[in-house]
Amino acid sequence: MLKFILMRLLQSIIVMLVVGMIAFALFRFVGDPINNMVGQDTTMAEREALTESLGLNDPFMVQYGRFILNAVQGNFGMSYRLRQPVSKLIAERFPATLELSLISAFLALALGVPMGIYTALKPKSFFSRGFMTLSLLGVSLPTFLIGILLILFFGVTLRWLPTFGRGEVIQLGWWSTGLLTASGLKSVILPAITLAIFQITLIVRLVRAEMQEVLRSDYIKFAHARGLSPRLINFSIALRNTLVPVITIIGLQIGSIIAFAIITESVFQWPGMGLLFIQAVSEVDIPVMAAYLLLIALVFVVINLIVDILYFVVDPRLRVQS
Amino acid sequence: MKVKKFLAASVCMLALGLGVANAETFKWSFQGDVQSLDPHGLNETFTLGFLGNVYEGLTAYDDDLQLQPGLAVSWENTGPTTWIFKLRQGVKFHDGGDFNADDVIFSWKRTLTSGSDMKGYGARISGITKIDDHTVQLETPAPNPILPRELVFYYMMDKEWSKKHNTIEATSPKSADATATYAAQNANGTGPFILTERQPDVRSKFIRFDGYWKDIPTNVTEVYFMPISQGATRVAALISGELDMVYPVPVQDWKRLNSAEGVKALTGPEARTIFLGMDQWRDELLYSNIKGTNPLKDKRVRKAMAHAINLNAIDEKIMRGAAVPAGLLVAPQINGFDASFNIPYAYDLDKSKALLAEAGYPEGFEIGMDCPNNRYVNDEKICQAVVGLLARVGINVDLNAQPKSKYFAKVSPQNGNDTSFYLLGWTPSSMDVHNVLFNLMSSFDTEKNTGQFNYGHYSNARIDEITGDVEKETDQVKRQNMVAEAFSILKDDVGYIPLHQQPLSWGVRDGISLSQRADNVLDLRYVIVDK
Repeated sequence: MLKFILMRLLQSIIVMLVVGMIAFALFRFVGDPINNMVGQDTTMAEREALTESLGLNDPFMVQYGRFILNAVQGNFGMSYRLRQPVSKLIAERFPATLELSLISAFLALALGVPMGIYTALKPKSFFSRGFMTLSLLGVSLPTFLIGILLILFFGVTLRWLPTFGRGEVIQLGWWSTGLLTASGLKSVILPAITLAIFQITLIVRLVRAEMQEVLRSDYIKFAHARGLSPRLINFSIALRNTLVPVITIIGLQIGSIIAFAIITESVFQWPGMGLLFIQAVSEVDIPVMAAYLLLIALVFVVINLIVDILYFVVDPRLRVQS
Repeated sequence: MKVKKFLAASVCMLALGLGVANAETFKWSFQGDVQSLDPHGLNETFTLGFLGNVYEGLTAYDDDLQLQPGLAVSWENTGPTTWIFKLRQGVKFHDGGDFNADDVIFSWKRTLTSGSDMKGYGARISGITKIDDHTVQLETPAPNPILPRELVFYYMMDKEWSKKHNTIEATSPKSADATATYAAQNANGTGPFILTERQPDVRSKFIRFDGYWKDIPTNVTEVYFMPISQGATRVAALISGELDMVYPVPVQDWKRLNSAEGVKALTGPEARTIFLGMDQWRDELLYSNIKGTNPLKDKRVRKAMAHAINLNAIDEKIMRGAAVPAGLLVAPQINGFDASFNIPYAYDLDKSKALLAEAGYPEGFEIGMDCPNNRYVNDEKICQAVVGLLARVGINVDLNAQPKSKYFAKVSPQNGNDTSFYLLGWTPSSMDVHNVLFNLMSSFDTEKNTGQFNYGHYSNARIDEITGDVEKETDQVKRQNMVAEAFSILKDDVGYIPLHQQPLSWGVRDGISLSQRADNVLDLRYVIVDK
């Protein structure tokens, strides 16, 4: 077990190093950061001096090596665009993204799982057809459009909810939370729904498919034959067996909710890491981009690791093989 | 020190609470936040305009971009290269410090430090001598008729405050840690508003400075600045009443704003001219089917292109009639503008075709064009229109529209001006024609730093000579005659194809009155909130 975890950790480090390297190889194609950092009257010589002093003339492997060397010492450099330490910026933005992501994930589960079960049990009912049609819409409408439509309806037409931002936040140590103020709670509703819609549709379809599969299996048939109540069969036996793969997928989805919050955050000007990243891309803020990509890689790696360990615990066959 | 600050803030708040019964709040948004609060950190219009509410220079612009006294009461050109500036007495910084001659000298020296992006302005002065606490003598390296104009964005910092916070050198983007960037995160100016809170990209809060030296129109006591990067969200936040003013508003949203209740679009010509530039130096174009020769070196070809582009069509179809077609690289708001040259090249397809045939390209040719897609108002659409218009005379343009970071990386001199044909916009930062002569019209020269934005390397020896003379000429009539000569040469050479002055595009809630400055700067001094 310990050996397995150590091996996994080692692999994770390699994954992150590779992600970092690919990121640095790609930064050359994003554009020139210098033009965004100086005014139009700045001379060519000064621009060149700035490029040189930031080490942007070095080959990407050298830039990458320098970044990794500093990063292992906890120094992620200064943002070109906001002129603040990247670690500080990310620490400020992380709570916003995490709160949004967790609320979305909760919404997705709370709505997605029951809807999935319902559509599996009563596939021909009116509501099931309705859910499935809606989920098709949810999958096919781009997040950007959903966000804008929600803003226009609830923010501009009805004026119930704010159109942008995170509202008032309260500092709890280094963690800033918007969940303890009225304006913060109001602000999180629209972005959370926007971010959750894709996940809801995914979970509905996943639960439905898994459940239908389980319901067709022999042990369910035997359970029926034994005369167990349908309620017991559906919720105690079938649902439990359905949830094993669902939990795996959902675990991984939390990673992608955090990563894909980019679009939602930029539509709602939600001050999270995704917004920070998208603005870093448009201004070629290399230190922020590098740190963000590594952090997202870390999130995925950690979640993968936890899922792997859970597998190990849950599935006896894996233990036998190793 | 912290306690003191807190006390000062409490007193301010108390004063606000008691003295001004109804605090007027003003909330506004722009598409991005400023990079730095350091007044010498970034020489860029939005940043300097934003900071202009907190910091001030010796001279200032009014809401019509006319020069007026700022922290100096008066100035006088006492010799060819010497100026005497009388400083305003009794001016206080936000932390209570006095403004005096030492601050002027300190601020000047600070602009020359390595992290400063205002070195160009700093270099216009070769020395400052303190005559008394409120009089300084400035030396310039050469006669400079527009010195007072160049001091507008040359903001004054308090020497004592800077020393106390260890920020006597300008903070630079390459600073290694947070302590080195104190002035980039904190501000202490003499301006009408005090910055009390700042969360980059989220919110900045200002309160009115009670000790401000000047009587100004605004009745605003509290200002919130909340940048929103998406145009659609920005407009929605204005219509929903959460914000009082936003800019820029996407051109296609004007109708929506004007039909919505309680808000309106505020438009007007910006001092920024959009134009096309052409490679006039390579012996063979980088992006063309014509090999062995550069058709754009032929004046007739450039002229043919100019006559093929229908500026009115671009204005009506793409800019919704809000642009002002231009014949010059400088806008009317710029010092040195001359209306007699501002007539665009006539749209004349027959003439264009005839000129092309005469030059030996009766069938036209192919050429690549570079264009930014997130820098100017509808930039990519303008380029697409140019592609369509030039196709009518047989010039087939292959358009490469990219985000500004990639566009400038490609076409800038650092990358060898890798372009054949491009679109660019320009507002002279000094609001004076010399800046345009120097950066756009002069030959590209890395020694003299001229023509840095002359990506196509247009070159005319007489214009180079005039540029040098205009810089020094203190006689306004002589100066304007030289400028006129340069305009006339450029026009005849078709060195550039000016398109238009792009429109300013602001959105404002009813009941807010403000002045829309042609350099796209919001000056809070003129914001009045209806009660």
